Amino acid sequence: MGHRTDSGGPRSRSGPRAVLAYLIRRLFAAAVMLVVIIVVVFCIFFLVPKWAGVDPALSFVGKQADPAAVEAIRVKLGLGDPIYSQVWEFFKGIFTGRTYAAGGDVTHCSAPCFGYSFRSEQAIWPVLTDRLPVTLSLALGAAVLWLLFGVSAGVLSALKRGSLWDRGAMVIALAGVSLPIYFTGLLSLAIFSYGLGWIDAQYVPIEQSFTGWLGGMILPWITLAFLYAAMYARITRATMLEILGEDYIRTARAKGLKEQTVIGKHAMRSTMTPILTMLGMDLGALIGGAILTETTFSLPGLGQAVLNGIKNQDLPIILGVTLITSLAVLLANLVVDVLYAVIDPRVRLS
Amino acid sequence: MTTQRTSGRRKQAMAATAVVAALLTTAACGGGGKDDNSGSKTGAAGFDAANNKVAQASLVKKGGELKFAASQDADSWDTTRGYYGFMWNFSRYYSRQLVTYKPEPGKAGAQITPDLATGLAKVSDDGKTYTYTLRDGATWEDGKPITSQDIKYGIERVWAQDVLSGGPIYLKDVLDPKGEYKGPYKDTSKDHLGLKAIETPDAKTIIFKLPAANSDFEYMLGLTSASPVRQDKDTKSKYGLKPFSSGPYKFESYDPGKDLVLVRNTAWKAASDPIRKAYPDKISIKFFTNANDLDSRLIAGDYDLDIGQTGLQAQGRATALKEHKANVDNPTSGYIRYAVFPQSVKPFDNIHCRNAVIYGADHVSLQTARGGPVAGGDIGTNMLPPSVPGSEGQKYDPYQLATANKNGNVAKAKEELKACGQPNGFKTTIAVRNNRPTEVATATSLQASLKKVGIDADIDQYDGSQTSGIIGSPSNVKKKGYGIIIMGWGADFSSVQGFGLPLWDSKYILQSGNNNFGLIKDKAIDGLFDQYNTTLDDAGKAKIATDINHKVMEGGYYLPFVFEKYINWRSNRLANVYTTDGYSGVYDFVNLGLKSTK
Repeated sequence: MGHRTDSGGPRSRSGPRAVLAYLIRRLFAAAVMLVVIIVVVFCIFFLVPKWAGVDPALSFVGKQADPAAVEAIRVKLGLGDPIYSQVWEFFKGIFTGRTYAAGGDVTHCSAPCFGYSFRSEQAIWPVLTDRLPVTLSLALGAAVLWLLFGVSAGVLSALKRGSLWDRGAMVIALAGVSLPIYFTGLLSLAIFSYGLGWIDAQYVPIEQSFTGWLGGMILPWITLAFLYAAMYARITRATMLEILGEDYIRTARAKGLKEQTVIGKHAMRSTMTPILTMLGMDLGALIGGAILTETTFSLPGLGQAVLNGIKNQDLPIILGVTLITSLAVLLANLVVDVLYAVIDPRVRLS
Repeated sequence: MTTQRTSGRRKQAMAATAVVAALLTTAACGGGGKDDNSGSKTGAAGFDAANNKVAQASLVKKGGELKFAASQDADSWDTTRGYYGFMWNFSRYYSRQLVTYKPEPGKAGAQITPDLATGLAKVSDDGKTYTYTLRDGATWEDGKPITSQDIKYGIERVWAQDVLSGGPIYLKDVLDPKGEYKGPYKDTSKDHLGLKAIETPDAKTIIFKLPAANSDFEYMLGLTSASPVRQDKDTKSKYGLKPFSSGPYKFESYDPGKDLVLVRNTAWKAASDPIRKAYPDKISIKFFTNANDLDSRLIAGDYDLDIGQTGLQAQGRATALKEHKANVDNPTSGYIRYAVFPQSVKPFDNIHCRNAVIYGADHVSLQTARGGPVAGGDIGTNMLPPSVPGSEGQKYDPYQLATANKNGNVAKAKEELKACGQPNGFKTTIAVRNNRPTEVATATSLQASLKKVGIDADIDQYDGSQTSGIIGSPSNVKKKGYGIIIMGWGADFSSVQGFGLPLWDSKYILQSGNNNFGLIKDKAIDGLFDQYNTTLDDAGKAKIATDINHKVMEGGYYLPFVFEKYINWRSNRLANVYTTDGYSGVYDFVNLGLKSTK
């Protein structure tokens, strides 16, 4: 080991500096991607409707669209400005805050200002930070469950290929993948909440009551985990079966290593690579709002916020959640890439 | 052996299915009442027991928490900005007006009665001056008296459309038709009370001077947008987050889209308020995103009623009607669901082509698409809701839509097509909101029946959240060739003006946000609305309303689908429950009470 530690070229390429350089490269790419996303999303929300002949300002006013109200919204949001100017104001607002003024009413949105909802009269950032913990706890709690059950089931199925266990697990997995969340969610509510009354299944903030929070989260976790565990079980099984046929596994076994070591140390390490990729993307997307799960269980998370935003044509909130989703996906992928580098030296070196 | 195993598994599967089905069927049995319709003294009051009559008034106890559930938040809780029907109804908990709707069931509930004022207005002979005197003892939540200046300021806020958009603007149109006043935020006078049409000679007197008479003016003063607002408590666009209370309850907390809690306003004096009984100690709203979950929780007894009051979803409706019929009411709402024919789109400029669609449609099928006679409503036969004075309900059926032609009259429709010069039919487009499944179902039904008479209609499901920009723009409607638009409408206040003015008066044809989709320019209708404004007696007003409705139907601009009905839930806990025409046939929130304070 000492010899390897002191060795030259290859070590320096795979050492901390290489990882740091890799990290910086990835962060830069993520930042560029985020800017591109903001510009594209802005165009979709504020430019495309204009091309379709719809004035976005109209969606901010009520039933009787008074021209003064439409004009004021246009001024407040700068909807009459060129799109590049609107994007610039948005960027500036993230770092310096923003002031919206029209008709003698001044609204200040403190930095980081991700926009302001003139429907609910709330700055977007506090809404996002208020709802993020709910979505985060939903996504992470479900992820723990689906990793635990999905990966275990997949590994066991691969090891006991063709057995009753394998067949049973894969049938359940098929059901999990096939059944939509609003079905399994409603069914679980009908049975465990409305029917048997075992679980209240109404969200309670954790600071109010831990048991209440647990009661509100358990069914959403299970419902969400059921879908994902099914997918992870199938992927894990397929990957594990492929890896178990690799030469190095055969070599490990031939060397007389214990089966636990062969599976746990060698096969699992390779199996985890695609699982990690999936986990990164899934978690990122879920943090942006598990809309169906949050809607089914009326969880006040980001998914619910974006759904309400869509219903009310509240563009700033949709924009804010879209950006959070993008950021979460980018960050999750970044973490996964870094973990790749930890798990697989070939990634560091490439 | 194999057969036996398969059979065993099948039995297990069947047993499991039966268990799930049984659970689903019996789910949420906890809160409902008896299975029969008759109700009981301590449980549910009975089917339709609160429809146009008061149910279980004697069982009400003071105290407890009244729990509303909601599938959406209000457009705004600011009295100037709110336009949703449930917001107007709910806002009486924390806001008062000079006059308001009578706290009585049915038609009586649509009559105006004094609230902050000592009596109804003293109206000058020419119908242009309205004078009110304020009641003693009415206070704000900090105990300061509500003055005439507070009422004037609250009304002036309607002029600040550039800041406080969204609410009704009738008062602005009637008191300042030329738009001379710029609103209190641009008002340079010292007290920001520069609106000339309202005078406040002292703190107890308020005088409205209308440039032209309007016989519905008191209805307009009964709107939530005529509520007082205190200048030093006006947070402008943010006022809706915590309005300053003039009613028996005040905001304790509000988290938009999550929950809202009202608690007693200890400064409110019952003696100063002839309307509000203020039974519960606390009133809460919990917002849901899953309407089915909301229904199930209502049925389970977790909540008392749905604030939206637009009826249970199909699943909840089936359970409620089957298992808990004594907990539901089936009122006729103030809404009409209909199709309208923009005259700018050919061949709908020809009345015979419009008539061909009216006769060709299968009205029973349209009613079924709306949910059937119980959940959807009675077949609509004309364009004036039954709750509006002057309406004749189904008795006025000039096209025999509910009788001889209820399944469509193909022969008559073809006759009309010949008369309009389109004997082989024509092509057109039905525009329907994509976020209203029931409306899409009616479009499909209409499409199918029109095909039988040779009218080939495409369905365009447009973005429902962009309604005012898409079908509210006559030029866009013409460009897209929307010959048939599917919509619904309810009265802002219970009169032909409150229902039909934006739909039928030519002055209301707007280039954006238009609601006169038919582009009706009928001098007779315009003249009748003008005549209505100067007619002060109720019988005369009702007669004109009838005449306007007849003119609209004679023009063939509309195909009414249904006079809408709802299946609304009330919990076992509720007492003193009644529906009121003042709020389109839904429960009068302000006097709901509980049977138990637990």
